[in-house]
Amino acid sequence: MSKEDNMAKALPGYGTIDVPKDRVVPFGAVTPAPVGTQKLFQTSNWRVVRPVKDEEKCTRCLQCYLACPDACWVYKEEDDTLEWVGDFCKGCQVCIAQCTVDGALVAAPELDFEGGVVRLEKPF
Amino acid sequence: MPAFDYNFQKLEPIKSFKAVPEAEQYLPGHRTCAGCGPALNYRLVAKAAGKDTIFIGPTGCMYVANASYLCTPYAVSWIHAQITNAGAVASGIEAAFKIAARKGRHTGPFPNIIVMAGDGGSVDIGLQAMSGMMYRNHKVLFICYDNESYANTGIQTSPTTPYGAATTFTPPGKEIPEGKTLFPKNVPQLVIGGHPAVKYVATTTIAHPLDLMNKVRKALSKPGPTFLHILCPCPKGWLFDEKLTPDMAKLAVETGMWSNYEWEDGVYKYTNVPKKYLPVGDYMKPQGRFAHLKPEHIAKMQAFVDEKIKQVQRPIPVAAAVPVKKLA
Repeated sequence: MSKEDNMAKALPGYGTIDVPKDRVVPFGAVTPAPVGTQKLFQTSNWRVVRPVKDEEKCTRCLQCYLACPDACWVYKEEDDTLEWVGDFCKGCQVCIAQCTVDGALVAAPELDFEGGVVRLEKPF
Repeated sequence: MPAFDYNFQKLEPIKSFKAVPEAEQYLPGHRTCAGCGPALNYRLVAKAAGKDTIFIGPTGCMYVANASYLCTPYAVSWIHAQITNAGAVASGIEAAFKIAARKGRHTGPFPNIIVMAGDGGSVDIGLQAMSGMMYRNHKVLFICYDNESYANTGIQTSPTTPYGAATTFTPPGKEIPEGKTLFPKNVPQLVIGGHPAVKYVATTTIAHPLDLMNKVRKALSKPGPTFLHILCPCPKGWLFDEKLTPDMAKLAVETGMWSNYEWEDGVYKYTNVPKKYLPVGDYMKPQGRFAHLKPEHIAKMQAFVDEKIKQVQRPIPVAAAVPVKKLA
């Protein structure tokens, strides 16, 4: 137990809030870096439309890939695939506006999909 | 005494969209608005810099909206600095790594140290720390992502907010019909003109991703302080449709409101210069912050931009206060 932790114990109200062990903030608020994606902050429930790609029309110009602020388009060079990953798509439609081919990328309402995200089951 | 070899990283320029590194360093899962320009800028900068990087994030949108509730989207090291002292924190980190390398405690390549400051954190509140860092010749890349306002606190005016923009501090009304009456600071010239140690200064926008990434890589391969000024349209602050974020940056270049250039060893090099500039009205029309402007205000803005365009055709020959080549 460090000196700071002991000092915190003397404060009024210490220990009255029940914080889960994995969510306790260490002194100085040092947190581990996420790997791959930040799963604690899914933003898929923000969107009302999602981009749908026409695989035949797509020319792999990669404008959408380098215009997405949330890295929702994943491009793999070796097998030349460009996929949309919807866990973090906020539905801003920047990719659709940047698409160079007419009709290759269109906005589809979220409720048209079987697994369409309207609200997450529990708030994050 | 021979100069110590710090093993600085050599980053090759990126030739095409397909050659862009696949690994993300600024991961999805953050609280920025849909269509956020600064978030796209952060992603592209982090992609270009690679995994051996330390980011310093002074207070601003890219701190508040990203590092909330203990879930940060940074796959690389990141530290928060106060809005006033990003340059000082970066100087300390760089000096510590240099000493550790000289004493043999740090082996391997020297990390890329990047400050990602907003316009307030770099040329308004954070100006003195940034200027001090540039003056002391630290090997740090200082990036000013310019969304032309204090966006995270509710769109207050900043020194880079253009003339005529409506913000919460410059609302248009009966007395002052144009909103903001002042013209913005010239950020890159401020850095070039006042800091003899600075090695490389460039401006770019998020609508030119390859240009942006290559300028980041070029800046990181310089041995001293470097500065990038990046235009990042903000859908909430500028009041335009969020899907138009890159288009706004493109329009800024096409109308002459913004010019992409780099400055190296006293020489200017302009890129993305349009053959014929569009009228500034085309840039202002989709943005709600300019909706109140009358034709005479737009004419005043056009005159300001025309003066700026003249500089593009005839760049200022002498740039730094002291000739740079002699110092190196």
